[in-house]
Amino acid sequence: MKLSLGKWLLPVYSGLALLFLMIPIGYTFVYSFNDSLKSNITWRGFTFDKWLGICNVQNGAVCQAFGNSLFIGAVATVVATTLGTMIAIAIVRYRFKFRSQTSLLLFLPMATPEVVLGAGLAAQFLSVGVPKDMLTIILAHTMFCISFVVVTVKARVSSLDPALEEAGRDLYGSAWQVFARITFPLLLPGILAAALLSFALSFDDFIITNFNSGAVTTFPKYIYISAARGIPAEANVLASAVFILALVVVVTVQVSGAAKARRLAKLK
Amino acid sequence: MAFAAFSTTTTPSTDPVARRRSPVALFLLLPGILYLMLFFLTPLVSLLLTSFQAPREFGDIGQYDYAFRWQNYVEVVTTYWPHIVRSFSYALAATFFALLISYPLAYFIGVKARSWPLLQSLMLVLVIAPFFISFLLRTLAWKQLFSDESFVVQSLKALSLLGPEAHVTGTAFSVIFGLTYNFIPFMTLPLYTTLERLDVRYLEAGNDLYASPFQVFRKVTIPLSMPGIVAGTLLTFIPAAGDYINASRDFLGGTGTQMMGNVIEANFLVLQNYPTAAALSIILMTVILVIVSIYVKRSGTEELL
Repeated sequence: MKLSLGKWLLPVYSGLALLFLMIPIGYTFVYSFNDSLKSNITWRGFTFDKWLGICNVQNGAVCQAFGNSLFIGAVATVVATTLGTMIAIAIVRYRFKFRSQTSLLLFLPMATPEVVLGAGLAAQFLSVGVPKDMLTIILAHTMFCISFVVVTVKARVSSLDPALEEAGRDLYGSAWQVFARITFPLLLPGILAAALLSFALSFDDFIITNFNSGAVTTFPKYIYISAARGIPAEANVLASAVFILALVVVVTVQVSGAAKARRLAKLK
Repeated sequence: MAFAAFSTTTTPSTDPVARRRSPVALFLLLPGILYLMLFFLTPLVSLLLTSFQAPREFGDIGQYDYAFRWQNYVEVVTTYWPHIVRSFSYALAATFFALLISYPLAYFIGVKARSWPLLQSLMLVLVIAPFFISFLLRTLAWKQLFSDESFVVQSLKALSLLGPEAHVTGTAFSVIFGLTYNFIPFMTLPLYTTLERLDVRYLEAGNDLYASPFQVFRKVTIPLSMPGIVAGTLLTFIPAAGDYINASRDFLGGTGTQMMGNVIEANFLVLQNYPTAAALSIILMTVILVIVSIYVKRSGTEELL
């Protein structure tokens, strides 16, 4: 810390590391303005056209794939968040048999490489004779999201003060009233975080989807298929738009969180 | 926040609530557990059964019967041992480089930037920013930045740092580079969550006892951040070993860089050689589980699970 070099080394290193993380994002964003023809590899000049006519290319194949991803993400998120939240509450609050087996069953999907999860489900669908379509993708996504929901919501449940629920019961609230008026609102931030995480995982998943999608195309699968013959700039436009939207949401949450922390610090 | 998923604090040892036994528990657990049994556990069993299948006599391509053809495994290992070795060595290299890049970054965000909460938040947002843009597009961006006509490669050639006939894409370097890049956030976030709670008074105590900065780092900081190191290396190593995007020929790989994931994908989805794909998947999963359990035991962080 005494040397000025030592003082600056870490911030500069960190800045460079973050810059490194941003390079491909910047590239994708810049090339969404490329006046490209079929493939978007060489720079041919600046244009807004790709942003204005996203669905014009290839009869809207990009938009179709994007829509599929949104739909699959939404359904998988709702199912996985519901099932995962229920498990998280049970794990923190109740005693039951096979506890360690349950934790193992919840941990394993996170420790299994995606290619194994994907191939396993595909082998099962094959042997049972289920045709691969939208439903099989949703079933697969829900499966790998559940564990992440449990981990996220569990943290929130265990930080919950049980005295608040006791107060509700003391005031003659029914079990359902206590849950709906006290427990659920207090858990909501954790549940929302879990839902966002699920949606992000589902939306960007390619490996498991590739094994279980049949002819259905999701946004990542569309990019994978087009990678060999060139990806239209419209894919960059959609990805950049999602990026900006997500960034706005997260920055708002973080900044308001930091402001809240500062207010709390002042109170102390 | 979504960071919670990477946090290592989710198993509180002191439980504030006296846990009750109740039929409600069963009602809460059953749907999710049944779901995982049906769509996670049974698929693994199917995969195991498929891995022993034998080709149907006089059958078409892709037609197999249940059998106990353990020779599948011998054939897979003798044919694909270079891919197996490559998968684990690439994943190991990527984990090492990701740790090298992420640790100082996480230390800066979690310890040095503590007095500036806004800077801390913004840096964290930048760390997770790659999650918001498609994994495949990011990897393709690197492919294009490293293509033979690109500015980077042309300048390296002009400076004679790279031979005129050399390529960057399609090499082991570019695959490991891609894996490292793609898993940095998975490494940084758990490191951040442990370093953020690091009590700096321990470091001051080390200094007071005449330890050199390096000794403090090695004897105090590293042991205290071990849970984050274990979580981060696992979150990088496991997906990296099974990845097939970076090593794919359409992305950063070439014919000489194919990993286990590529073989599994090709055998399952293109060649319809299901038993080979299944046997290779079982090998991948078994090796990973063995490595994970030894690693977690030896680093003394079992409570992580």
